[in-house]
Amino acid sequence: MTSRAPFYILVAILFVTGLALTIQRHLSYEVPLTPGVKRTVWSVDAKVEFFANGDKVKASLATPMSQPGFTVLHQNAASPGYGLNFIQQDATPRAEWSIREASGNQELFYKVQLLEDDNADLSGLASIPEIEVPEWTEPYGTAAHQLTIDVTKRSADAFSYTRELLKEFNKKELSQNAELLVNSEPDTSQLIVKLLNSADISARVVGGLRLEDGRRRQPLNAFVQVYEGDKWLLFDVKTGKEANRENLLLWEQSDSSLLDLQGGSDSLVTFSMIKQEQPALMAVKEKLNSQDLLNFSIQSLPIEEQALFKGILLIPFGVLVVVLMRVLVGLKTSGTFMPVLIAMAFIQTSLVTGLVGFIIVVGTGLVIRSYLSRLNLLLVSRISAVIIMVILMIGLFSVVSYKVGLSEGLKITFFPMIILSWTIERMSVLWEEEGAKEVVRQGGGSLLVAILAYLAMNNDYVRHITFNFLGVQLIIMSLVLLLGSYTGYRLLELYRFKSMAEK
Amino acid sequence: MFGLLASPFKLKAKGIMGMNKRNGHYIGRYNKRSLYPLVDNKLKTKIIAEDAKVTVPALIGVISSQAEVGKVAELIKGRSGFVIKPAKGSGGKGILVITKVEHDRYYKPNGAEETHEDFERHVSNILAGLFSLGGAQDVAVIEALIEFDTAFDGFSYEGVPDVRVIVFKGFPVMAMMRLSTTDSDGKANLHQGAVGVGIDIGSGKALHAVQFGDPVTHHPDTNRALNELVVPQWDVLIRLAASCYEMSGLGYLGTDMVLDRDKGPMLLELNARPGLAIQVANGAGLLPRLQLVESLGNKKMTPEQRVEFAIKHFSQTPTI
Repeated sequence: MTSRAPFYILVAILFVTGLALTIQRHLSYEVPLTPGVKRTVWSVDAKVEFFANGDKVKASLATPMSQPGFTVLHQNAASPGYGLNFIQQDATPRAEWSIREASGNQELFYKVQLLEDDNADLSGLASIPEIEVPEWTEPYGTAAHQLTIDVTKRSADAFSYTRELLKEFNKKELSQNAELLVNSEPDTSQLIVKLLNSADISARVVGGLRLEDGRRRQPLNAFVQVYEGDKWLLFDVKTGKEANRENLLLWEQSDSSLLDLQGGSDSLVTFSMIKQEQPALMAVKEKLNSQDLLNFSIQSLPIEEQALFKGILLIPFGVLVVVLMRVLVGLKTSGTFMPVLIAMAFIQTSLVTGLVGFIIVVGTGLVIRSYLSRLNLLLVSRISAVIIMVILMIGLFSVVSYKVGLSEGLKITFFPMIILSWTIERMSVLWEEEGAKEVVRQGGGSLLVAILAYLAMNNDYVRHITFNFLGVQLIIMSLVLLLGSYTGYRLLELYRFKSMAEK
Repeated sequence: MFGLLASPFKLKAKGIMGMNKRNGHYIGRYNKRSLYPLVDNKLKTKIIAEDAKVTVPALIGVISSQAEVGKVAELIKGRSGFVIKPAKGSGGKGILVITKVEHDRYYKPNGAEETHEDFERHVSNILAGLFSLGGAQDVAVIEALIEFDTAFDGFSYEGVPDVRVIVFKGFPVMAMMRLSTTDSDGKANLHQGAVGVGIDIGSGKALHAVQFGDPVTHHPDTNRALNELVVPQWDVLIRLAASCYEMSGLGYLGTDMVLDRDKGPMLLELNARPGLAIQVANGAGLLPRLQLVESLGNKKMTPEQRVEFAIKHFSQTPTI
């Protein structure tokens, strides 16, 4: 008797390698283990409208960058006739359109996809703004000075200072100083930044976009970004309170303007947005596309081949189900892996349509085949006749169901015809030799296993795992090998030998 | 347990062998794959059996190509009965038995008539591989009908009562007879309703009988008491079975034997994957016996010595 040790070592190596590959892929490429993890992706369109003067036009739009809460996935722009560049200016990104000659109303589109992301890469984020001590003219200087002294008394740090300052400007009746200052600078946000700078606090005005699914023609809202060291908070000047950061995208985080336009006038920038729930996988696609050696995955193939592999990689799972059913349960199937092929067809047709179609075709086939068996034909030509018959039947069913208005019936063409033909031939011989009972038993067994294989293969979780983790194939392989050395009883044998155990 | 199922521990305690154990531990280990054609092809079995002087049914002829199909009529001319079977058939599939010929009309055991066209169609089917494993091309073997010993009259309905002996490493470990019934439609498969009768290795007497897994004492059609069943010339039969080991080289073997009125025990066919129903028929598990034989190691023994060992260790008292 040879030692089984090398066998178990092989199984263990396969299992551990498979598991390690899977975990490595999960950890280093952040491929999620479950398909259920969906991530929210916002598609935001910025529409730039203006009137071109008939000369050369240059439009430069500030664009968002990755920031706490959002990662920029992808950006593009559509604008017929315009040249387009994505540039960095003063460490902030911009989209720049240019054209030699344009006149009349112009529309430019910029589209960006943003992933809601708590671990966004913040390396590109704008730096702390420098403090520019404003030079006030009188009497505004005095007013600002008095206000500063007043607010400083009531505050402890930059943030509480800002809160107290904003309170001054949101009272029902403004103080004389506040009133005076508001008159000097109609843009309250800019005024607040100036006052904060006077008190030696870093701050800037940023344009924020409130993301709401399906909103159109939204403007940017101005917020004041106040720094205390590295930390910053956003304040809404209109309410005087800290801004609600939920679904708030900071579109423009530099002190520069949202749109710089040369050669045009009457410009307007509006935003529309939609929310999409995408599989988490989409989100890490960028990372997956890196071509290092360890990143051995199906995703590195062209899309068309990927789709092919999606099906192929499921087969081992179906095969595993067949092995389980035969070795552990002891179900009889007609043709060892025929159930897997039927299950593959079910995936295309959907279960109920597939089952009904399969039973109709095989049932009708059996009736016609019983006539063929009386004709005393050679096996090869008889099978060939059955194949042609199956094709005709499938054609007939498709046409009839289409005419009746059941487009579901068309899906029957997904069944592999040769498999159907052999099934009919086998069942027919079985019927003649062993009777209808055995046909029902083996046919039923095959269908049962096919349905189970279908349920396993059509499971979102299984599809996700097999497609994204090649290591899983090794794990299945080790399980199949292990089952191959199982010499215990099958479930149905416990029933078969029951009377013997009782004695 | 669940009411319907036996506890696997109880089954193990009884020494009952399951399909996985048979496949993985015994067939996989003791039956060399290269020897399978010897038993899967009945023509080859016949040739090695004749070389080993093992009695087999007489060969009438072989049809090996479609062009020869017309020869069937010539071969069966003047015969009072014959059997057409595929050389590579499995599970008794494709065996056509003609037991009565009257005025050029042929009758199957159940009285149904068969014509020359039926024979030719059957032979064509065999040649095309309809009955062979994996649908491989095959040849049709026509052999003489066995003149059944009258000892089994009343124990079988229509079909041929044959004796199956499991021979492990040359030791006959367990035996049974399969008696066809109306339920089994004259077929000898237990799951189709044939009665399985466990036969004592020591005496050839009936030990225990089951139909559909339940114990029976009388044949359901003829009502003959099964405890009267004794296989004549048992000592010859069991030795014949044991000698099939040398002949085939297969360690785990099912031998199907029949009793001919004139020629005595005959080897009908060998099976490299004998089923497990024999345990149900005997009301006993195979494993203790197989393990006892395994524990002997690879001691060289003659068929006679092995039979002696088997009779000493595997004899049972009838419980029927």
